[in-house]
Amino acid sequence: MKKNKNTFWEFFASVKLALFCFFTLAIASIVGTIIPQNEAPSFYLQKYGVKAAEVFRLLNIPDMYNSWWFVSLLSLFSINLIVCSIDRLPTVWKMVTMDNLATKVGRLEKMTPRQQFGSPKPMQEVVAEVEQTLSDAGWKPSRRERDGGTLLFSQKTPWVRFGVYIVHLSILVIFAGAIIGTLFGAKGSIMVREKSIVPYYYDRGSQMQVPLGFDLRVNDFSLTYYDTGAPKEFRSDLTVIENGQEVLNKSIVVNDPLNYKGFTFYQSSYQAYDEYWITVQNQNSGERKTFLARPGTEIKWREAGVTLGIVNLMQPDRWGRYRLKIWFSDGKGEPSVFWLDGETLVSVERLDGAFAFKSEQLFATGLQIAKDPGVWPVYIGCTMMLLGLIIAFFLSHKRVWVYIYDEENKTKLLVAGSANKNKVGFESMYDTLVEKLEENETLQLSKV
Amino acid sequence: MDSSKLLGITTFIYMFSSVIYLGMFIFRVKKIGLLATVVTIIGLLVNTAGIGMRWLESYQMGIGHAPLSNMYESLVFFAWSIVLLYIIIEFVYKNKIIGAFAVPFAFASMAYASLSPEFSDRINPLVPALQSNWLIAHVFTCFIGYAAFAVACGTGIMYLVKLRDKGESPDGLLSTLPPLKVIDDITHKIILFGFIWLSAGIISGAVWANSAWGTYWSWDPKETWSLITWFIYASALHARFTRGWGGKRIAWISIIGFLAVIFTYYGVNFLLSGLHSYGAS
Ligand code: HEM
Repeated sequence: MKKNKNTFWEFFASVKLALFCFFTLAIASIVGTIIPQNEAPSFYLQKYGVKAAEVFRLLNIPDMYNSWWFVSLLSLFSINLIVCSIDRLPTVWKMVTMDNLATKVGRLEKMTPRQQFGSPKPMQEVVAEVEQTLSDAGWKPSRRERDGGTLLFSQKTPWVRFGVYIVHLSILVIFAGAIIGTLFGAKGSIMVREKSIVPYYYDRGSQMQVPLGFDLRVNDFSLTYYDTGAPKEFRSDLTVIENGQEVLNKSIVVNDPLNYKGFTFYQSSYQAYDEYWITVQNQNSGERKTFLARPGTEIKWREAGVTLGIVNLMQPDRWGRYRLKIWFSDGKGEPSVFWLDGETLVSVERLDGAFAFKSEQLFATGLQIAKDPGVWPVYIGCTMMLLGLIIAFFLSHKRVWVYIYDEENKTKLLVAGSANKNKVGFESMYDTLVEKLEENETLQLSKV
Repeated sequence: MDSSKLLGITTFIYMFSSVIYLGMFIFRVKKIGLLATVVTIIGLLVNTAGIGMRWLESYQMGIGHAPLSNMYESLVFFAWSIVLLYIIIEFVYKNKIIGAFAVPFAFASMAYASLSPEFSDRINPLVPALQSNWLIAHVFTCFIGYAAFAVACGTGIMYLVKLRDKGESPDGLLSTLPPLKVIDDITHKIILFGFIWLSAGIISGAVWANSAWGTYWSWDPKETWSLITWFIYASALHARFTRGWGGKRIAWISIIGFLAVIFTYYGVNFLLSGLHSYGAS
């Protein structure tokens, strides 16, 4: 890494710059929440006047979050994050991988928490016993002969020092995902009438038709209501058709889209038409057929010799309930005229037998279409961020040393510990460990 | 007993509890400390029962959903989280004075939920966009974060109050407050806690948006304001960790941050428009 730190490098590595970015990003973001985004130019002219609208245009305020200056700010922020991490990682790496058995005794003597003990037992026995006690307490030590004594060392979770860097990296991963989405993704929408097939959608930006590469058929759209009249569910029954083959069938609702070949189809809106599907079934022969009928027009079912039409209707109310008045003739006897309630089955007796009728309003479903290969990187980044935050905030790198040495034919112990975070919590952990040593009857420790 | 009654009672208990904690602080009567704790815990239990009951009632109405779907329900949950968090802090730090700076937030939230004409306490069925477990996760995580920031704001104010303690009279009003260093430490820890939950809240919101509309981030005002809030607390973390900021500055950031929280939560719905305007019901 760069050791000859120049001011340029230092500028980009500084936390001051990070604070500047946080501050300016926060302030700048406010602008876009106050001035409505992505409206037509005339909107800004009308609402803010000619001068302001011109300034807005120059600064790209109407699409602020994609403007050159906002994106530059985000880039500066990313560079800051990268440089800062590169700058500090070597130090952290050293802290994690460092040889703690080489720690100078002089340093141990200055640590908090730290305690000194004496023991009447010979040194070798004390070393073995302390090693055992530490292991039993979950602090399995390594050891080295040092300066005429023995140094024992044990640590927990040194890697948590990387936690912060996981958080920082996660932000870059999320940005990468967002960039992938912008470069390789697509957004669009399409309105499709029931029982029709579309091979394309309309791009959101350009409003151009874009081929899907397969066909999508909307079999049915249904709308259900709560008793209060509030909509309960929008549901579209979709089929994916590729090379004339039906390959996938799925009924989508608002929070449960259809995925196929990188495209995701979301239920987003609908449109109701003043047209009705009428299914007629000859109950003798079992033959049936569905017609799309507009009120006031005549429908002929030639094979069955049948004519019918909607002669009157009661428009759907707020629960979507409607009634159709049907005129029907099979050429035998008087025509039948009767009311057909929406979505209920009505049977009509004729001279030759009965006919059954059912109706359903015609809808088009509004689908939102998205293709975003950047979503997974973004989700991975989000997961990393949460994990990293938990590591950075709640875990600490804890270290314990015990130096056992001989002083005027008496065995002495120096117990020291350190943690990079949550020192209060660590001290109580350290105290428990020291208590275990003190309670060890073989050692017969006495405070010095 | 229906949920509105239980939640109404909760409001009164929190008011009572706030009064005791404030009384304890202002008139330095330590003896009522136990009473304050007991009352607060009872309030929390009634609050919990109220939320549970409301959940049950929605199922009895045949439109069952977790009670986290509109402004009223979220305010109630906000109050619940504040009190739960506070009780934990009281037990960990063995200090009851913080209650005078935390519980009033819960009372304010409950009072606002029950009295404000903008919010109705009716249980409404969920429109299709809101029928998602991610939405529940989103509201849950956000509000625990907001509750933490409310408490941090309380301890931040407490810090600024304590600053005026010049140590002249050892039994003065302000001497009952914990030492500055302790308050500062508590504020910092609560901010860390809140930051994780706010992050989780923003993330679960993004996942929800993606499952409903196919866009995880659309810079709508509410999203943007939650990000602004997030930046404010991120700057607090960095300033403290790397530039040694503490004390007065962090206390102010905890207050400013909470103002941003309130704006994100409340201001955006009423002053700005966006996808989230459903909350106004
Ligand atoms: C939104 C973006 C960021 C988030 C969420 C974030 C998050 C964090 C967190 C959680 C910590 C740990 C703080 C603690 O333990 O109390 C941290 C530390 C730190 N951050 Fe960031 N950070 C961000 C951006 C940046 C940027 C742009 C820089 C560039 C200089 C930066 C530099 C640092 C440094 C130097 C530390 C201290 C690390 C150490 O030595 O342990 N951060 N950050």
